[in-house]
Amino acid sequence: MERIEEQVVVKKAHGLHARPATIFVQLANKFNSSVKVERDDEIVDGKSIMAILSLGVNTGTEVKLITEGDDAKEAIDDLKRFLEDEDKDD
Amino acid sequence: MIKIKGIGVSGGVGIGKVLILRKDEFSVPKKKISHDEIPREIYRLEKALMEIRKEISDLQKKISKEIGFDHGRIFEAHYLVLEDRVLIEDVIKQIKIKKVNVEYAFSESIKKYVDTLLKLNDEYLRERVIDIEDISRRVLRTMLKEKTLSLSDLKERVVIVAHDLGPSQTASLPKENVLGFVTDVGGRTSHTAIIAKSLRIPAVVGLEVATDNIRSGDRIIVDGSSGFVIVRPTDKVLKEYRKKSNLYTKEVKAIHIPKAVKVFTKDGKAIVVSGNIELPEELPLIKKYGAEGIGLYRTEYIFLGRRDLPSEEEQYKAYSKVAKDVLPHSVIFRTIDIGGDKFLSQPEVPHEMSRFLGWRAIRFCLARPEVFKVQLKAILRASIGNNVKLMFPMISGIGELKQAKGLLDKCKKELKKDGKKFDNNISVGAMIEVPSAALTADVLAKECDFFSIGTNDLIQYSLAVDRTNEKVAYLYEPGHPAVLRLIKKIIEAAHQNDIWVGMCGEMSGEPIFSFLLLGMGLDRFSMSIPQVPKVKELISNINLKDAKAALQEALKLPTSKEVEKYLQGELKKILGDDFYRILMI
Repeated sequence: MERIEEQVVVKKAHGLHARPATIFVQLANKFNSSVKVERDDEIVDGKSIMAILSLGVNTGTEVKLITEGDDAKEAIDDLKRFLEDEDKDD
Repeated sequence: MIKIKGIGVSGGVGIGKVLILRKDEFSVPKKKISHDEIPREIYRLEKALMEIRKEISDLQKKISKEIGFDHGRIFEAHYLVLEDRVLIEDVIKQIKIKKVNVEYAFSESIKKYVDTLLKLNDEYLRERVIDIEDISRRVLRTMLKEKTLSLSDLKERVVIVAHDLGPSQTASLPKENVLGFVTDVGGRTSHTAIIAKSLRIPAVVGLEVATDNIRSGDRIIVDGSSGFVIVRPTDKVLKEYRKKSNLYTKEVKAIHIPKAVKVFTKDGKAIVVSGNIELPEELPLIKKYGAEGIGLYRTEYIFLGRRDLPSEEEQYKAYSKVAKDVLPHSVIFRTIDIGGDKFLSQPEVPHEMSRFLGWRAIRFCLARPEVFKVQLKAILRASIGNNVKLMFPMISGIGELKQAKGLLDKCKKELKKDGKKFDNNISVGAMIEVPSAALTADVLAKECDFFSIGTNDLIQYSLAVDRTNEKVAYLYEPGHPAVLRLIKKIIEAAHQNDIWVGMCGEMSGEPIFSFLLLGMGLDRFSMSIPQVPKVKELISNINLKDAKAALQEALKLPTSKEVEKYLQGELKKILGDDFYRILMI
């Protein structure tokens, strides 16, 4: 079991509000590892759409990703890349 | 008579009797349960969620099939809510601790989240709240065994008036019995508005107090084009709108029903109008909308969302299915058009500051021939019906084009050696979407069989505008004189070298520009599929002579605004006000 943390600045044009939130949660659910997103002092489950939306993450916000499990490294790499990619279309 | 102004989100006129749907047609009772009843309540929750998942997935399929995959995706967020573990656990916790019935626990949990989201005071989140409430109403109705507002069973033709209408409700509307709809809330970008527009049901939203002034059974007029709603109209007004409605229905129908596949300008030039495809699910739309084959088949979906690379066999199967499906017409496959970062998670991919200018599309393919050749061979093998063409994206100069063609030749040789069949004369084209390619189109034309102009990127590169950046998106102007000159140059260079030119960007499906492009001599148009019938209708009403004359004038104008205004005026003159108005919807 591995636990990894990384700081990420969200570059998605509309933050995690519109479609990106949906895609983020879908992506997080593909991994066995648990996924947590921390912003300021709030930590939420990255596999929950309700929780992610409630965080109200705008573009430019810095969040901490925390993954834990057998595929923690892949999970954090993929999620980080997604958040840092400005591309709105995928 | 009361006349109210709202936001017209879906054009057309609907006249009929009102059916009011109250927002809270049911109340959620709070019941105390005993400790023994806890498992039963949890079971009821899971059962209801499962049922609704099935309903939503069916709805998603229906919408994807009818109006395109993009619209079906609207329901992905619904689905995630139904599978949301945090939400489900919260409901279960409430059932256990507070010993309340599942309906009450569920509605309280949802309320908590909705309140949080509304407090964030963000337009996008407000739209998500509509989605969440939509799905939660479905779940509650199922658990309460309240007859789901079975709009699908509507026996009478009515205008629906509601405080709010969720996207899943809108999508389940029986199109033939709904003459229009009117809601208090909602905006232009809401999912509900998008679906209404796709289903072509006239709709006005954002009326704020609509339901207060309207009673079930009232006669009502919904003018989705102007955004006016008229309750209990006088006979005179009614007569006027009936006329408007008849005209609209007739002409809208004429515009949107698929026509013969072949289309000619009024003076007889054959124009190919084909469709763009992003996902295999969209294939049936080609026939449904009468598109003449596929002018752009995006192959990226095969590569995305996976960790390994698809084999030649897997790609071959996918491409051949498309090629067979589209017969007797043709399909143009665009080779991989995404960044290298989408493929490889290894550190070999440097972080790119600007993905538009970076390591992507043909640049990535040429750097990784072992990936590229697999795709080229698969496309070649799918070409045995002689209706397959292929094109390379993001070509910026002759060197890349020659190199790519060299790889293609290599693939042909290897296939021959292995005894695999393919179309040896397969047409090969270059996408012209980089200004350097546009300016050297005469050189590139000698090395290919056709051009396809990718306007979305050509405009971004020419005007140095990232249109996904809200701060500068206003500078993204298809009518900019620089863009028009580049396109004209590309088409002229192609024709001087006897090759044909197509366009697969959004610009080709916008009536004023379709008109202008006809004047430039564009041979083939490819666009998002539902646009196809409309553009064909336009083309068949245009004389090339008029389009050429308009082009001459348009090229003299200094700004995009003036170009657009001029073209609108010309089109109105040629088509008449009513036809023009309908075309622009």
